[in-house]
Amino acid sequence: MTEKILTARFEKPDSYRLSSYVEDGGYEALKKALSKTPDEIIDIVKAAGLRGRGGAGFPAGVKWSFVPKESEKPKYLCVNGDEGEPGTFKDRYIMELDPHAIIEGAAIASYAFGAHVAYIYIRGEFKLPIERVENALAEARQAGFLGANILDSGYDLDIWVHPGAGAYVCGEETALIESNEGHRGMPRIKPPFPAIVGLFGGPTVVNNIETLSYVPHIINKGPEWFAAMGPEKNGGTKLFGVSGHVKRPGLYELRMGTPLRKIIYEVCGGMRGDKELKAVIPGGSSTPILTPGEIDVNMDYDSLAKIGTMFGSGAIIVIEEGTCIPRLAARLAKFYAHESCGQCTPCREGVPWIAKILDRVENGMGLPGDLDQVLKICDNIQGKTICPLGDACAMPIRAMIVKFRAEFERHVEEGGCPFGPTPTPWDSES
Amino acid sequence: MAKVTLTIDGKTVQAEEGSTVLEAASAADIDIPTLCYAKDLEPYGGCRMCIVKVEGIRGMPPSCTTRVAEGMKVTTEDDEILQARRMVLRLLMADHPSDCLSCPANLECELQALTKKLGVREHGLIHLDRQATLDESHPVFIRDMKRCILCAKCVRTCNEVVGAGAIGLINRGHRAEPAPFLGTGIKFSNCESCGECVEHCPTGALYYREPGPEPDYEVSTICPYCGTGCGLVLGVNKGKVIRAKGDPDNPINQGHLCVKGRFGSYEFVNHPDRLKTPLVRKDGELVEASWDEALDLVVQRFKESKGDKFAALASAKEPNEDNYIMQKFARAVMKTNSVDHCARLCHASTVAGLAASFGSGAMTNSIEDMEQAEVVLVTGSNTTENHPIIGNRLRHAIDKGTKLILFDPRDIPLAGKAVIWCRQRPGTDVAWINGLMHVIIEEGLADLDYVRERCEGFEAVEELVKSYTPERVSKITGVPAQDLVEAAKLYASGKPATIIYSMGITQHTTGTDNVKSLANLAMLCGNMGKPGGGVNPLRGQNNVQGACDVGGLPNVYSGYQKVTDPAARKKFEEAWHTDLPAEAGLTITEILEAAEKGEVKALYIMGENPMLSDPDVTHVEKALKATEFLVVQDIFLTETARLADVVLPAVTFAERDGTFTNTERRVQRLHQVIPPLSGCRKDWEIICDIATRMGYPMSYESESEIQDEIAELTPSYGGITYDRLDRGDQLAWPCPTKDHPGTPILHTKKFTRGKGKFFAIEYISADELPDKDFPMVLTTGRILEHFHTGTMTRKSKSLHALVPGPYVEIHPADARHYKIRDGEKVRVSSRRGSIELIAKVGRVDRGLIFIPFHFFEAAANVLTNPAVDPVAKIPEYKVCAARLEKSA
Repeated sequence: MTEKILTARFEKPDSYRLSSYVEDGGYEALKKALSKTPDEIIDIVKAAGLRGRGGAGFPAGVKWSFVPKESEKPKYLCVNGDEGEPGTFKDRYIMELDPHAIIEGAAIASYAFGAHVAYIYIRGEFKLPIERVENALAEARQAGFLGANILDSGYDLDIWVHPGAGAYVCGEETALIESNEGHRGMPRIKPPFPAIVGLFGGPTVVNNIETLSYVPHIINKGPEWFAAMGPEKNGGTKLFGVSGHVKRPGLYELRMGTPLRKIIYEVCGGMRGDKELKAVIPGGSSTPILTPGEIDVNMDYDSLAKIGTMFGSGAIIVIEEGTCIPRLAARLAKFYAHESCGQCTPCREGVPWIAKILDRVENGMGLPGDLDQVLKICDNIQGKTICPLGDACAMPIRAMIVKFRAEFERHVEEGGCPFGPTPTPWDSES
Repeated sequence: MAKVTLTIDGKTVQAEEGSTVLEAASAADIDIPTLCYAKDLEPYGGCRMCIVKVEGIRGMPPSCTTRVAEGMKVTTEDDEILQARRMVLRLLMADHPSDCLSCPANLECELQALTKKLGVREHGLIHLDRQATLDESHPVFIRDMKRCILCAKCVRTCNEVVGAGAIGLINRGHRAEPAPFLGTGIKFSNCESCGECVEHCPTGALYYREPGPEPDYEVSTICPYCGTGCGLVLGVNKGKVIRAKGDPDNPINQGHLCVKGRFGSYEFVNHPDRLKTPLVRKDGELVEASWDEALDLVVQRFKESKGDKFAALASAKEPNEDNYIMQKFARAVMKTNSVDHCARLCHASTVAGLAASFGSGAMTNSIEDMEQAEVVLVTGSNTTENHPIIGNRLRHAIDKGTKLILFDPRDIPLAGKAVIWCRQRPGTDVAWINGLMHVIIEEGLADLDYVRERCEGFEAVEELVKSYTPERVSKITGVPAQDLVEAAKLYASGKPATIIYSMGITQHTTGTDNVKSLANLAMLCGNMGKPGGGVNPLRGQNNVQGACDVGGLPNVYSGYQKVTDPAARKKFEEAWHTDLPAEAGLTITEILEAAEKGEVKALYIMGENPMLSDPDVTHVEKALKATEFLVVQDIFLTETARLADVVLPAVTFAERDGTFTNTERRVQRLHQVIPPLSGCRKDWEIICDIATRMGYPMSYESESEIQDEIAELTPSYGGITYDRLDRGDQLAWPCPTKDHPGTPILHTKKFTRGKGKFFAIEYISADELPDKDFPMVLTTGRILEHFHTGTMTRKSKSLHALVPGPYVEIHPADARHYKIRDGEKVRVSSRRGSIELIAKVGRVDRGLIFIPFHFFEAAANVLTNPAVDPVAKIPEYKVCAARLEKSA
């Protein structure tokens, strides 16, 4: 039932070492790729229907094809290993257990659009992943998979690790580029898009760790094999990080389009203590929440978009009956208020107000009109900021209020939380 | 630029391709509210006030970041847009103090104005005051971050326009605020106190400690400090100048100012210490006298001192007209060519050196042009402190990709922006320049076609620099050989590359040699006569270029026409209806020597202060005291005026019309801002009055009429009239005819002298080197906050508050060696004298000390060496031997 592509090597001893990777056929794809033209590589990845696994789901091959062929400035690849979206824990596994897959994918991608320098931007808190990726890069350089004239192909590439300093917004590609340049992590105004003016002013592609890790497999086994694994335009498998009130939370590699109900009740063994399901956040904290009536949906970009939520990063958060949604909302808003960079007024000022108002609702000091006030602020954030951080707060909060309005109102009317001090999945500090 | 057509609110609008919707709307008189937008800054898109709707684009993009496109349909206002804008205002109001009445920005606050305009009275949220920093560390302005709306204009202007980078945003989200590094007080940061952030702040978050009243009217004129020539707009309230703003229409500063321009340019004008009546020495005391009494005395004594017994100092601070009149007076009335001014002390070697190499002794290219250079070599110029607006533009160019090579022994602010920074030993400039040429020739990077076609004398240089190997040069200069090689390669790689220098090059006994060497280097790489190339001496005073141009020099009439040339003399004799002396006169240093010997009996000083500005001031004092009759014409009782027999009160730049010629040879118009203070007269009027009383009638209706006479007699100024300047013509000389557009770049087709001349120059060491008794090298110069002898800047409250007194910069290792701590009092001595001042540890190289020369109480020029360059007679201010010790 579970398809293993990225996770296939996870349980091997020393899976993160070059010797083990090469033993399993590692870097063969790079060899193959270097014998093809860059355009051929782009066509293969386009045909595979590989979509960005960071959340936005933009087709990777198309992204590469946006980079101008001729450029006065050097081109760059930035590999996004910031993994800041609450609930998400997939890239960390790849970095820890199969870092050479990332490097090989990054090398093929760089070759495809003509970059000679790539950076792997890793979330600063990820001590072990940083260490593993650094070691892997050193091994790859030593073995001639990186550096000048890779495998006698005449192609040069080096890859460096850039650790982040702990800001959620740096997962957004232009903020990542700013941070990678050594600046404060703040998003850039688009256009120009990174493919034209990116890192150090050069054309730049930003790809997620997971996205790039599929690339060697696509080169090895062909685009048809990959595309066939999921619904149309949603090729391949996906790493799902399931957390919350299920019996077996964890990381699962499943085909794109696997039904959500199946993931909760079969893959993860159902609800913890066989309690009733109350809600599911399908793709990381910024995706609008689903009610139990909405879980008969296939987990792919297009199916989730159809029901008004998002596939996101594949971080499924399962919530059982008895969990307080207003408390969840308040905690979530607090996170986004803390992570706003401070550039756009609606996000900088609006999100903290959402957090403050929801906090008082949860604590029984809500006022009549508070919920409408929050919705109004959400309205004035969505689509009105430079980057999607504001949306990432406004969208899920709006969905929680709309879908669980009665529960919020009960808090206001009763002057307190009817659930008492039940911790939510986020609430580790209480 | 191609045009695109779009529709804004149903109106068809044409806009330049690449411009923004906001700009297009504003050009079509459609008002879109903004908070974070500023014309001179990159779009930020943060405040979200200027959001609009664009057909086919989702959401509401901000008009300040959205570029126009053909056929675009924009709606700038509807209910939804208004609602979103109102929400932005509500959110800002919710944590903004509501104490408008007592806010320094009341009635000028953009937030306040918008809430009124959009009808937002209530924010509907529970009010919470921002928990934010109140920074009162700076003597001039206050940063009260609880009023901050995070438009980041202060941060952006400090980075993008000024280039100081003193502030950035710290923290994030609603706790973000603009702050200096580590969030400490702004005073302790690398803030340059220019006030650009305060000017840009839309609310009361940044405000001056003493904001002053609203002006009754404003007049644009030119800044009286350095040679940059920034446009000022002075505000006047009840007859007093009360504020200065940058003139947005001036092409140099485009509305920006430095700390001196912002505060120092007007604070001295209405200072109570201004001279308001003539003073005459009676029984050893200067006592007040009437104009008639003072002038009668002057006339009587001058009549007795005609010819060689008389000398005059013109002034690099005074407009062209007054300098012209002064030299005319000396020559036509007093029959002497002994008229000079302090250009002798700053760029005489430039005038001599560049005239010999190229044929004209001035900046070859324009300031704006500098931004086109791929590589800039800066040496002996602390540009960001001494020509701050040029420094800012340079930093801006560097941020956009221009590469900087810096040769400077001090850790000046530009050092951090340099690709290569070499700390040469003071006085070894010829050696490193020869060294660079050695490498460029060896590596085959010279533009030999250019050299062959446009220049002469190259062979001798080629031969000479053979021995200047990087290793040998490294030994002489202390610059690592590898750095020399890289600097040479980088300079040669710049197509084009420009050279910027200032007094670190000129104020040496080898000053003329230094200048000629730089000229060699520029010609070697074919950088002359091209946009983005050239050799560019930055002139230190507002009108030092003009004072030279109009003949304030002992050997030339206006336009550098030689007094020894009979044809030129005849021309001036005919124009002035009198006979003129045929011999060149004395230079400023020679005048003082002659005065001491009693050969010069009467000395007329206009707007100069040699008691602080000239080397070895103990000696200067002796000379001035020995002068039988000393007349000083100034705005304050300067150190020099205190020694005078007659003191004549003149007006400041704000009380008159006139023209200044800035460092790039551009003539700019001064406009009278306030009437002359009661009792004060314009310099040219005083001189004309004296001349007339002496039987040589000189009378002019206005400055404009004097300029017409200058134009008539001066080929390079021939086409410059007040009418043209008032029309906004930007005229850099040569401008020979009334329809000539001026010449921003010299030597384009051929050099002024025909072929560019190479000079083979051997390195000679400085006149006085350190030894056992005086083991340190002393170098002198200016600092950001003060100017020249401090006559004006030390009368400015703000500048005084920033830097109240003298200090000496010492390297940390030397400080340890002498057991001197930062802030302690030290004694610095040379063979000529000794002063006491405060130690400031940092910035200089080891073995070197630096003293700014602005401060009379510890005058650096008590120490400096009066040895002069043999050609240009410029003294060696930049090197002398000194001793450092802890004060007892």
